[in-house]
Amino acid sequence: MEVFKYNQPIIGFMANAKKFAILSLSLVIISLGLLFFKGLNYGIDFAGGTVIQVKYKGNAPIQKIRDILHQHKSYKNANVTYFGSNSDIAIKTKTTSKDVNVDISDQMNTLLKDTGEYEIRGVDMVGPAVGNELRTQGLMAMVLSILGILAYISFRFEWRFALASVLALVHDVTISLGALALFQIDVNLPILAAILTILGYSLNDTVIVFDRIREGIRTIKTTNLSDVIDESVTRTLSRTTLTSLTTFFVVLTLYLFGGELLKGFSFTLLVGVVVGTYSSIFVASPILMWLKFSISEFRAKEAEKLKREKERERMRAMYEQGTI
Amino acid sequence: MNKLNYRVVIFLFAFLFGIIFSIPSLTQSSEGKKITLGLDLQGGLHMLLSVKSQVAVESKVKSIGTTIKYKLDDEDIIFDDLKIENKSVKFELLDKDDLKKLTKILKDDFKDINIKQEGLKFTLTLNKKLIEETKKNAIKQAVDTIRNRLNMFGLAEPTVAKQGIDKILVEVPGVKTQADEQRIRELIAKAAHLQMMAVDEDRDARVDTMSEAEAKQYGDIILADVSNPKKRYLLHSIPILDGSMLVDAKVGYDRQNNQPLINFKLNGQGAKIFGDFSGKNVGKRMAIVLDNKVYSAPVIRERIGGGSGQISGNFTPQEAHDIAIALRSGALLAPVQVEEKRSVGPSLGADSIRASMIALIIGFLSVVVFMFIYYGMAGVIADIALIANLFLILAIMSLFEATLTLPGMAGIVLTVGMAVDANVIINERIRELLHAGNSITKSIEQGYNNAFTAIWDANVTTLIAAVVLFAYGTGPIKGFSLTISIGILASMLTAILGTHGIYQWILPKIDKNRLDFWFGIKGAK
Repeated sequence: MEVFKYNQPIIGFMANAKKFAILSLSLVIISLGLLFFKGLNYGIDFAGGTVIQVKYKGNAPIQKIRDILHQHKSYKNANVTYFGSNSDIAIKTKTTSKDVNVDISDQMNTLLKDTGEYEIRGVDMVGPAVGNELRTQGLMAMVLSILGILAYISFRFEWRFALASVLALVHDVTISLGALALFQIDVNLPILAAILTILGYSLNDTVIVFDRIREGIRTIKTTNLSDVIDESVTRTLSRTTLTSLTTFFVVLTLYLFGGELLKGFSFTLLVGVVVGTYSSIFVASPILMWLKFSISEFRAKEAEKLKREKERERMRAMYEQGTI
Repeated sequence: MNKLNYRVVIFLFAFLFGIIFSIPSLTQSSEGKKITLGLDLQGGLHMLLSVKSQVAVESKVKSIGTTIKYKLDDEDIIFDDLKIENKSVKFELLDKDDLKKLTKILKDDFKDINIKQEGLKFTLTLNKKLIEETKKNAIKQAVDTIRNRLNMFGLAEPTVAKQGIDKILVEVPGVKTQADEQRIRELIAKAAHLQMMAVDEDRDARVDTMSEAEAKQYGDIILADVSNPKKRYLLHSIPILDGSMLVDAKVGYDRQNNQPLINFKLNGQGAKIFGDFSGKNVGKRMAIVLDNKVYSAPVIRERIGGGSGQISGNFTPQEAHDIAIALRSGALLAPVQVEEKRSVGPSLGADSIRASMIALIIGFLSVVVFMFIYYGMAGVIADIALIANLFLILAIMSLFEATLTLPGMAGIVLTVGMAVDANVIINERIRELLHAGNSITKSIEQGYNNAFTAIWDANVTTLIAAVVLFAYGTGPIKGFSLTISIGILASMLTAILGTHGIYQWILPKIDKNRLDFWFGIKGAK
């Protein structure tokens, strides 16, 4: 099967680059606005607090539970929601307890004892100190990943390629975070893992395209960069979409079947994979163009390099023959 | 078929290696190295504790008080007003002639202690070095003590480890019920601080009307009875001896009413102190105090030698058992606090395993089927590599006895989608070359060559993020970066080297007239 034909006419991506730039820029601005005004909804891993998961036999009497908890002074602001099904509920509260012996789940048992037959399936409690620590560590991890990737890409590609791919990366992460803010998804450790995975993964497609552009610069006759980019992007279109598609499949199954605990994680990845693919086609390459990458300059440099190498070889040959 | 080439041989070895070493994990056999399930999958209790090491410093001061009292009594030095104030021990000598003897004692037995003398009044405080040492020691001791207690409790493989400067990580897998969890928490947190304290017989009659502050003036402390909180005792706050001199504690039964009690035994020094004290104080009462509650305060009838005693209270057998464990493993020098707690019930863990397995199977099947439909036999070859990849992940994790967590499962699912990316890139390159009219051999060789840098760069960037996550992540998240890193590395072997080897091996079979079947393309020559 072939969706994209090998002789597919070259698509004029660069001619439309401005339109996509406007789209991307507005998405990024909207995301930043969401992050700034609505903000991320930090879960207990980063903000501290307690989440208790309770499973009822039959439907959970959620209103009754809310009424009971809201009368108690420690749980006045507790947030009670369904968790994946009508019989599962999650109770979220800012309350934490340092005492090893006095546990929130024990207290819950006394409070909820008249609400029906239930089982406390899990309790997660993160003290404020640990939450702060995890937040700092998470931020560090993100910064370090970006630096690491930037360093690697600049080592492998010309600096304009590196800059373009990192800008695309920032674009992807900003929009993913914006989606998290828009849907007010609890940002916990797994979400951090998802964001870091997006950092690593959204580059994959960019690398495929850039690799091809680099090749195209050497093999395609024209010195017009936008033509080279158009041809390279068109020729790699099947690759970039298909690699993303296989990953999209598995992330979607994780989202649909992986259970409530992985929902936020897989949602973030879904957004990241889609945005990452879009950006490697429509964002990264135009940036390269606007950074005034010049093919003739590049070729001149390459030729210079080749010449130097030849010269060195000649010298070595002479040296070995003993003429120097 | 061509002769076996080195690529395919390495691939087959890797495949075999993967199958063999993942068998113990897949069959859950008792032999061989296996993957352990994380607490989030098998259920259990995870706690991050912090140690209030300041309390250890305070009790260090107290124990210096105890030692001073014993030494001075032993040397027949008369003193008065021995008390603890502002983290220092204070006392006053009554006889000027004892000054020389005292100076010698202080010099010999109290190193790292600052001694301030005003006339015959002495103030002893800990110096900075000793305070630091005491704090450090309290944390180390807490780790050892909690580990001992959990081991003695008889649970399967609890983990107790120091984390950071002053935190303790406790992981107890296989906690079945909430009642069990509560019992474990109590066992961990129990100070198990045993003290023998003399009752202040001169003033005890007035204890019910006495304030804490007044008691403090006399160097006394008011403690309540364990079973009857209204009953209070006035005790000399500096104990006669404490649980650090304990060598054994066992559950026994009272001969008269068959109630459980705890028999304990003191070491030589403890036995001597106990004997000396009881000898000198016949007719007075001595309280047995555990965690600041008075369990009993019997009247001393005669000198008690041998250094054994018992604690009775209205224990259930379970309580007696847990207290004995706590006493045997030693007191916590400083109390611990919960900073983070995650407890997962067994049913939740089982649900997570089921859900992630379903996601893995559906994700795997959809990728495998897609690859076959889109690429024909080339897709099947990629699928074989994918299966080998999964086995390799399991095998490597088994060999390292790594922990599989829920995010780790997500990492494996994600690897399924990402590992075939390499084959997509390669297959697209091969198709392109075939369309350009190249021979099959040339298309394959060039395809692999051209695709390599893109695959390599893509994998490295993903690996960078995964490694950073491993360094900064905690617990379950580490599991994610682990599986995804192993998956990416294994894919280099299976998806690139392995499939290349397979093509070279079966090259003569590939029919150039059936490119649709082999590579899923039409119209190429």
